Amino acid sequence: MTSPSLLAATANVLRRDLTVAWRRSADVLTPLVFFAIVTSLFPLGVGPEPSLLRTLAPGVLWVAALLSVMLALNRMFANDYADGTLELLALSPHPLSLLVLSKVAAHWVLTGLPLVLISPLLAVQLNLPSEAMGALLLSLLLGTPVLSLIGAVGAALTLGLRGGGVLVSLLVLPLYTPVLIFGAGSVAQAAAGAEIEAYISLLAAFLALTLTFAPWAAAAALRVSLD
Amino acid sequence: MVEIYILIGMHKYASPKTFYPLAGTLIPWLAGATVLLLALGLYLGLFVAPPDYQQGETVRIMFIHVPAAWMSMFVYAVMAAAGAAALVWNVKLMETLASACAPIGASFTLLALITGSLWGKPMWGAWWVWDARLTSELILFFLYIGVMALRASIDDPRRAARAAAILALVGVVNIPVIHFSVEWWNTLHQPASVGRMGKPTIHLSILMPLLTMAVAFTFYFLTAALLRMRNEILEREKHTSWVQELVESRR
Repeated sequence: MTSPSLLAATANVLRRDLTVAWRRSADVLTPLVFFAIVTSLFPLGVGPEPSLLRTLAPGVLWVAALLSVMLALNRMFANDYADGTLELLALSPHPLSLLVLSKVAAHWVLTGLPLVLISPLLAVQLNLPSEAMGALLLSLLLGTPVLSLIGAVGAALTLGLRGGGVLVSLLVLPLYTPVLIFGAGSVAQAAAGAEIEAYISLLAAFLALTLTFAPWAAAAALRVSLD
Repeated sequence: MVEIYILIGMHKYASPKTFYPLAGTLIPWLAGATVLLLALGLYLGLFVAPPDYQQGETVRIMFIHVPAAWMSMFVYAVMAAAGAAALVWNVKLMETLASACAPIGASFTLLALITGSLWGKPMWGAWWVWDARLTSELILFFLYIGVMALRASIDDPRRAARAAAILALVGVVNIPVIHFSVEWWNTLHQPASVGRMGKPTIHLSILMPLLTMAVAFTFYFLTAALLRMRNEILEREKHTSWVQELVESRR
């Protein structure tokens, strides 16, 4: 039996992850519901004052998005680790980093993309001005893949460890700060009617940087965890 | 040729068995130098250096704060470099060095944060402001804690060392990004309302205690790192004959 080409292998990994998630759709919905609940908690905590909510909205939406991506991180590799799929992937003739990239892509389609899609709804609840909607969508669209990519390194490092869920947040959240700063910053700027091109360019630069390095670091971490 | 001999000679000391006694002989000297330099630096800083015309006596906190902040970054760089060496060349000694760095670096970071906040209260009127440097120092502290937590949750020392090394390297790529992000975020959100120390040419009476303290902290780092490395070597090599002989001879 000949092994599939690199392209077929990455496509297979992606399709398999999406299919598995589709069969267990509750897993996909949990981070989304979490996102909605966390953003709804803020008005309860700080009061329903519309102008206050408007100032808080960019930060609240971004922090909530960041936390929901993080919550979904441990399912990126955990099941495949438990049933041995991950070891087979590591044994394949193709570079593990590219297969990891496929898994990250699947993770983003299942968590990041739905977050982007429901974010305008929650933004309206928080009184975010409509001029900032475009910035919110664009910054989340560029920023959530970065969160998944950096998260992949954390998830790979904490694979199979006790207390992995809390540990991964400890490892990953400090690394998320630049994305949060420029993601929330762009929305706040757009809400104030200012130019956001610099923020978006920086988010795109983070995406390019993490696309290059994160799969590689995550693959190295997986090899350590699989030893 | 000479370089090759030196390399071979150095390589000998990379084995835990030869490194252990070498570190043992170095530690008293390094510790002595630390004590002398600390005493000199504190004397220069607390008694010789003049009080600042604006900050008064409070400026003396800087003689602890600034070297601690320097060390917090330097130790992280050492940790990442040792981690990289451990990953690439599989040197056990480098693994123990990287693991020794994390708690020392974290304490320097904490020291810088605490002294900074003690200085900030009389100067800025607040224990904490979201100043760019403070914020990036805080994130650096979290990065250290992450490395230590990851290492603590893995039982196998080799695997722990390699995982921590990868994390330290990811962190080292991120530190400049975090630093500049925070700096930019701060300048955008908060105009320079807090009076920062200007950049006057530093007078020798200030510079001398500052540099002495920095060297003293470096010697402290070396002493503490060697002590921690020796402990970890004993722990890891406890089943080898040389450690058992050592234990027997001390009994």
